[in-house]
Amino acid sequence: MVAKETATTPPHVELGLTDDDVRAMYRQMLLARAVDERMWLMQRAGKIAFIISGQGHEGAQVATAWPLRPGQDWMAPYYRSIASAITFGMSAEDIVTAHLAKGDDVSSGGRQMPGHYGGAPYNIVSLSSPVGTQVLHAVGIAMGAWVRGEDVVTLTSFGEGTANQGEIHEAMNFAGVHRLPVVFVCENNGYAISVPLDQQVGGGNVAARAAGYGMTGVTVDGGDVLACYRAARDAHARARAGDGPTLIEAHVVRMTSHSSDDDQRRYRDPAEVEALKERDPISIFGDQLRGWGLLDEEVDTQLRADVKAEVNDASKRAEARPDPDVATALRHVYAEEQHDA
Amino acid sequence: MPELNILEAVRLGMDEEMERDERVMVLGEDVGKKGGVFGATEGLFAKYGAKRVLDTPLTEAMIAGAAAGAAIYGLRPIAEMQFADFVYPAFNQIVSEISRMRYRSNGTFGLPMVIRMPYGGGVHGALYHSQSNEAYFTSTVGLKVVAPGTPADAKGLLKAAVRDPDPVMFFEHKKTYRLFKAEVPDGDTVVPIGKADVARPGTHLSIFCYGLMRTFALEAAETLAREDGIEAEVVDLRSLRPLDTEAILASVEKTSRALVVHEANRFGGFGAEVAALIAEEGFEHLDAPVTRLAGPEVPGVPFHHNLEDWFMISPAKIVDAARALAAY
Ligand SMILES: Cc1ncc(C[n+]2csc(CCOP(=O)(O)OP(=O)(O)O)c2C)c(N)n1
Ligand SMILES: [Mg+2]
Repeated sequence: MVAKETATTPPHVELGLTDDDVRAMYRQMLLARAVDERMWLMQRAGKIAFIISGQGHEGAQVATAWPLRPGQDWMAPYYRSIASAITFGMSAEDIVTAHLAKGDDVSSGGRQMPGHYGGAPYNIVSLSSPVGTQVLHAVGIAMGAWVRGEDVVTLTSFGEGTANQGEIHEAMNFAGVHRLPVVFVCENNGYAISVPLDQQVGGGNVAARAAGYGMTGVTVDGGDVLACYRAARDAHARARAGDGPTLIEAHVVRMTSHSSDDDQRRYRDPAEVEALKERDPISIFGDQLRGWGLLDEEVDTQLRADVKAEVNDASKRAEARPDPDVATALRHVYAEEQHDA
Repeated sequence: MPELNILEAVRLGMDEEMERDERVMVLGEDVGKKGGVFGATEGLFAKYGAKRVLDTPLTEAMIAGAAAGAAIYGLRPIAEMQFADFVYPAFNQIVSEISRMRYRSNGTFGLPMVIRMPYGGGVHGALYHSQSNEAYFTSTVGLKVVAPGTPADAKGLLKAAVRDPDPVMFFEHKKTYRLFKAEVPDGDTVVPIGKADVARPGTHLSIFCYGLMRTFALEAAETLAREDGIEAEVVDLRSLRPLDTEAILASVEKTSRALVVHEANRFGGFGAEVAALIAEEGFEHLDAPVTRLAGPEVPGVPFHHNLEDWFMISPAKIVDAARALAAY
């Protein structure tokens, strides 16, 4: 009886996720994709200056952000992290507002380029452009929690090109020394703009570096949402238990050019680009859900319609927001009231 | 003489230097197959191969530091920082190592190398794709710093930089890359480092500038001549370190009024050095205080076009500053 039940238990149940959980994860991926696609349209229409996309990364991002506790844990993401950010509390409207650089954009009030997610209300650290700098911030937040003995886990993400920056080494080493409660997620899409993995990562394996820092390293297929979730859940538990940091390397695909300023046809074989569709995490996860009887065409259509309506709404509201007022341009260089901080 | 834009001139300069001297190589992020994010190295990978046009990992400290090592070994590396804004991981190498190598080794080790960096705003690049961070480098003794404003200077100064026995920081204003075409002398024409260029002679005031500001200052000078009868002399410094102090003082002697223009913020900016030079050595020629027109005191160019326009120097802002100075 027990054996039989185990054999038929769908994998998500085994992981402690309900049917609704996995459908919600799927919806989150759809939402991230829909926002992303909308912003490409807006970029082409000249409404936004620039877009850097998370298409192909959504499975890994939603799954690794899923165990985080909004309002308690922290996140230091990167420029592809639309799905991570919306899973951790940002709304589609926040994302579109930031891309339109509106005056009340939660990330920067229109001061930063698109793709620089952040927001104090969400425990998402304001992000800059020089790659990898956020990883040390994540480690510092984790150090703060460790110093105070508080139950906080920090997740930080970055690409495999970024993984080679010196600061990443410093961050991982420090996290390893003190077994800090941090989860490093390397979203390996095989390219850093045009430079492929074999020209970028000595040995080709980022997760393997974890051993050198005395932390757990895990490699997952970013198309396998539940595998990503398992890795993240375990990393989160490890961090909370005081068992130190984890480095998760998720193999994902970059389905678009690096950004709207790039044309990947210059350096990527057309057949390779064409084949990416088969590794689209949304279709892979959708197929899995159908296989487990959790999704049919009707539900899928409904979810997609919902998500589309949400993005339409978000865009409309975002576009109606005010542009930044030039009179504010000199504000917030320093604290406006000098006080003991 | 071909008409080229600045991007093409930089590319041709590198190409000719690589052809002339097999020790010259290029290294940086995406410089190979992609030809650089701006296209500065386009075609070089196909022509010179993957070793002499080397795509590096995404690691600027390595790019600068390994270029230094290669220069010690006898190569003539041209290192590219993808944006000047991303040079900071390499700052330690540039400031602690590259600038000091010759002095600390008592002349034993020199570093003939070039670091090219696209800099400057007005391109919707916000805080991290718009910086004019030349002052960090001009204040670092041991580096040479150039910032061309025309295609001919871009090519000629690049050649000079490659051949220079010391490290040269080569600032390319990214908004000028495709802004205009102009004639570039054929062949091996080297523009010496350390010489300013009087881009437009004038008698009423001098405008000292470099990079994109040369174009803006010339435009402003036309307006001033047309609308106010003010003849501004535009002096393109081109080379920030060493600085052509003679040319600066000669111009001030002629016009008695000095306006220094740059895009970086004013406080401690490069203009302070020019202003101090004029105050110290040209005081008796002055009829008005030396004036600086520079970027506002914020940590970077903000993104939204309202804010970016507010930040950026423009020909109109130069005209206003020049009028006030002329009226003093
Ligand atoms: C320090 C620094 N150098 C260069 C850049 C320019 N740049 C932006 S993204 C990028 C590639 C990043 O590749 P990877 O880390 O693999 O992340 P991906 O974009 O593939 O997700 C580069 C070179 C930068 N932002 N910061
Ligand atoms: Mg990558």
